[in-house]
Amino acid sequence: MRALPDAGTRLRQGLSSDDWTLRAGILVILAYLTVTLLLPMSALLSKALEDRSGAFVGLQNFARYFATPSLSNSIGNSLFVGLVSTAICVSLAFVYAYGLTRTLMPGRAVFRLLGAIPLLVPSLLPAIALVYMFGNQGYASGLLMGESIYGPIGIIIGSVFWTFPHALIILITALSLSDARLYEASEALGASPWRTFWTVTISGARYGILSAIFVVFTLVVTDFGVPKVIGGQFNVLATDVYKQVVGQQNFEMGAVVGLVLLLPAVLSFLVDRIVQSRQGVQLTGRSIPYAPKANRKVDLALGGACLLIGLAIVSVLGTAFFAAFAKLWPYDLSFSLRHFDFDNMDGGGWASYVNSLRMAGLTAVFGTAIIFIGAYLVEKTRGFRAGREAVHFLALLPMAVPGLVLGLGYIFFFNAPGNPLNFIYGTMAILVLCTIAHFYSVAHLTAVTALKQLDPEFETVSQSLRVPVRRTFLAVTVPVSLPAIRDVAIYLFVNAMTTVSAVVFLYSPATSLASVAALNMDDAGDIAPAAAMGVLIFCTAALVRVIYTVLTAGLLRATQRWRHR
Amino acid sequence: MHALKTSARPVSQPYLQLTNITKRYGSFTALQSVDLTIHEGEFICFLGPSGCGKTTLLRVISGLDIQSEGTVIQAGRDISGLPVSHRDFGIVFQSYALFPNLTVEANVGYGLTSRRMKRREIAARVGELLTLVGLTDQRRKYPPQLSGGQQQRVALARALALSPGLLLLDEPLSALDARVRLRLRTEIRDLQQRLGLTTIMVTHDQEEALAMADRIVVMNAGRIDQVGTPLEVYSRPATPFVADFVGKMNFKRGRLGPDRRVTVDGVELVYAPDPDLRAQPGEEVVLCLRPEDIVVRGISETAPNRLAVRVLSMEFIGNHFHLRLGILGSELVLEGDLSINAVRDLSIEVGRGLTIALPPDRLRIFAQGTGR
Repeated sequence: MRALPDAGTRLRQGLSSDDWTLRAGILVILAYLTVTLLLPMSALLSKALEDRSGAFVGLQNFARYFATPSLSNSIGNSLFVGLVSTAICVSLAFVYAYGLTRTLMPGRAVFRLLGAIPLLVPSLLPAIALVYMFGNQGYASGLLMGESIYGPIGIIIGSVFWTFPHALIILITALSLSDARLYEASEALGASPWRTFWTVTISGARYGILSAIFVVFTLVVTDFGVPKVIGGQFNVLATDVYKQVVGQQNFEMGAVVGLVLLLPAVLSFLVDRIVQSRQGVQLTGRSIPYAPKANRKVDLALGGACLLIGLAIVSVLGTAFFAAFAKLWPYDLSFSLRHFDFDNMDGGGWASYVNSLRMAGLTAVFGTAIIFIGAYLVEKTRGFRAGREAVHFLALLPMAVPGLVLGLGYIFFFNAPGNPLNFIYGTMAILVLCTIAHFYSVAHLTAVTALKQLDPEFETVSQSLRVPVRRTFLAVTVPVSLPAIRDVAIYLFVNAMTTVSAVVFLYSPATSLASVAALNMDDAGDIAPAAAMGVLIFCTAALVRVIYTVLTAGLLRATQRWRHR
Repeated sequence: MHALKTSARPVSQPYLQLTNITKRYGSFTALQSVDLTIHEGEFICFLGPSGCGKTTLLRVISGLDIQSEGTVIQAGRDISGLPVSHRDFGIVFQSYALFPNLTVEANVGYGLTSRRMKRREIAARVGELLTLVGLTDQRRKYPPQLSGGQQQRVALARALALSPGLLLLDEPLSALDARVRLRLRTEIRDLQQRLGLTTIMVTHDQEEALAMADRIVVMNAGRIDQVGTPLEVYSRPATPFVADFVGKMNFKRGRLGPDRRVTVDGVELVYAPDPDLRAQPGEEVVLCLRPEDIVVRGISETAPNRLAVRVLSMEFIGNHFHLRLGILGSELVLEGDLSINAVRDLSIEVGRGLTIALPPDRLRIFAQGTGR
């Protein structure tokens, strides 16, 4: 094991048992990501190049796709809906974030909470609420002046609602990172507030704005819940994939549409990466954070704007609640729990809710463990660069893969007759694996960020004290990173509760999920029960968040005592 | 503070032997064929500006970085290719790298709990170490609750827990404020002397190195420029770089004449015999003189290098004056440091004339353009 130096050859360091442990860990994670991500994606790719019998046909499926206007028209539709939703969503989120970070308007804490609400609902819930608001019997349908909510209008409003917090988080971060000295300099040089706004504020937040634009666009274009519920005859790429696969069992064409859907996601992923890498240098350790001053006019104007946006969020959610609990909308609005009688409807009944809880729980537990250990291995292994970079790349890949496309890849890979893993098809395990893979990237980045904040010499000191890496991981790294670990677990749980896109292809009658049940009930015309299920998911996600925060607060107090002087 | 040593320690068995250490990062060479021998119980300082390779050399010794070529032998054992955990050293980093979620006790005992020691033995050893660094009353606190100096001492105690044969200190004092730094450097030095522990400290602070080290290793651009006691390094710098980096120095270009004479800006000076000088009469040389070596009192009529000067400017530094002295009849300007007493006794003022002498044995002469 010991490498003795001899003349002319490059000296290599011997490996300790720790090095072997870490490297073996990297290989295990690499194998895991290959099976749950890379192989399904390549199965999708090869499926798109095959005909029904499995023979290679090259680009023939693509040619047929573009020759069929009913299919290829969806590209334009998706682009249109995506662009308009993005423009509206990012503008609103910017105003909202500006109010939260740059003014002293009253109620900022409440607004912050309100803005995050859509994260806790499945995307189809706002669409269902919109049906109640603006549908044929909706209480506000007059506002549409004769236009139908079923179609682009509904998709756009619903998409703006559920993507709003995603843009908001990015923009709040971008606007928080500002250097007060730039404002002082601008003021000292006699620039007007308007000019300062453009040259300092917008210019400083430009990477955040760009990032938000791409994130929202990708989310809208690849989302399936909203157009499925409210899209009517207006076809978009995401619903096409579903129709081809579930409706017509045309897997090859489904794969082709999936690959088309992959394009905008990959593009925005690449742009986002470039933007992220440039953003780093903006704020130095010596910057002075900007502290807003009271300005009655600005505070009132932005307070008013935020109030309107907040009201819109509340009214959409409130409508969903109302629909869930009203006996028979719009004729009998008395309180009733009859829509929660899921066992007498299509979709899987209460069992699907229990399944969702189990699935989300398992995803949170196993996902957090796998992702955190994976991030640790990437960050702390010495040498073995190829392995570490491969894991890091695969960990970021899911960000560029829409859930629908991933789910499709899972069908093709795990349902293939020759696959030894075929037995997990139709079980809870495949749902958990797929959901972990689907939400891997953000969780991985959260863990990596937390690990980067730890002193890199912890491991060195441990080695010099001849303490095995396992012990330092458990005794120091995990306890110190507990806040980030908790964030990752909550993130995975909430997303596993609300997701529809990837799992819609993978559930079996025995493993139906709440969000899928809501979709199917809506499909069958049971709109009120669908709303009820959506509301139930929201309440669960919110409740789990609260309970988890309270429970872990005790744990955090015990393990983070050192943080308090 | 301990006195400067005037000679190297008596030669004992080499404890650490570095031979031909070279470290390359791509096309950049961080260390170039470094040879160094360190004896048991020595306190060695690696001194140099940032990027000179001192930290890289420490990382090679610890195994944190692996050298591209060369061997490291510690206590008779070839450790050149060993992983960190197979080597025998304790280390203190600039950041201390204390585990924030563990108490002072748990930090110090961190390496002990992994050996099969009894709980009672561990507690006893931790107590011993905390007494050693004077922190027994802080044992139940967490590192963030301690001052910088206390954290530093916890890190030191932790590094000493396994009784390593070698202690490595990577800029251990640079994160502290000036007062604490002064106190701690005495403490560290005393501790090292009491334990007789071979110690290597990396620093960019020449004062720290002069005050603490048995021998200083001055590094420059990946090479060792000089190894010597603090006094040797200060008074007989081996290269212009060392002369410039350690202490303040007048640098003047001149030409070597016959009979140990050198001419600078038309002023002829006598210098003491120097076996290391690699220049022939007629060649361009660099002449070095420390500002405090300029003599102003008790100059006899026959003193060599006796010069009449005019005081061009005076700067009060706090414990001495810094003067610019123009040699009469020449363009030559020298910088001199004079005590407050001397300034007062001789009524020195700007514009006044003054007689100075430059002791020949204080003049250092280097061949132009050579490193050595």
